[in-house]
Amino acid sequence: MIDAAPVAGILDIVAGVLLIGGALLSLAAAIGLLRFPDALSRLHAATKPQILGLVLVVLALALSLRSWTSLLLLIPVVVLQMLTAPISAHMVGRAGYRTGDFDAATLVADELADDVADAGRSDLPGASEPPRGTP
Amino acid sequence: MTVLITIAGAILAVAALLALWRVIRGPSIVDRVIGSDVLLTTLILVVGTEMVANGHTRTIPLMVVLAATAILGTVSVARFVTRPEATSATGATSTPDGAGFSSRSAASAMPDSAGKELDS
Repeated sequence: MIDAAPVAGILDIVAGVLLIGGALLSLAAAIGLLRFPDALSRLHAATKPQILGLVLVVLALALSLRSWTSLLLLIPVVVLQMLTAPISAHMVGRAGYRTGDFDAATLVADELADDVADAGRSDLPGASEPPRGTP
Repeated sequence: MTVLITIAGAILAVAALLALWRVIRGPSIVDRVIGSDVLLTTLILVVGTEMVANGHTRTIPLMVVLAATAILGTVSVARFVTRPEATSATGATSTPDGAGFSSRSAASAMPDSAGKELDS
């Protein structure tokens, strides 16, 4: 801890604000999870705190701990999450598309539908299939 | 500072409960996976917030491990859900029940059973 009390106090307050920012992102994701109608739009809400929320909390932690050793340990957290979160979101999005767990009428563009039609796959949700109902 | 941390903790608790509600309700296995993903992310944030609140660094390794292994459950379940599609993509024809394997239809038929939709 640094003995300069004003600087320490300011850093602590900044850390608290960053913590609340990360928590609000998580809350927004949870509310979107409840309010959005289908899996793909829920995925859109769910992926927000995975990177930005974690970065905010890790920043708050680094500002609160104020030591190089802890910063060295905190960087892998962000790096690992940045490496793995897009992969899991991609896999879940693929699963959501293939199970037809979305409302095709709400899509702005469905670039996969042309390829699905070209492949002659009638079992995948595409342009030929009527949109499934929302829950 | 303590007030800010308390507010953040309360917000995280509400977020975790809402994500848990989505995990319980479903209705499809994909929704549950997304809900558990949000729940795990919230847990990582809670671990970090607790370290800020109590001023220690003992659970940083837990954050590293959680951030590294959060992908495993999500990807395995996503692969499991799409497996009928993957096998039919390698074969010449699609599976007979290919159109009916949507986990949503199974979930809407049996809203109370969490495991039944895995069979479809």
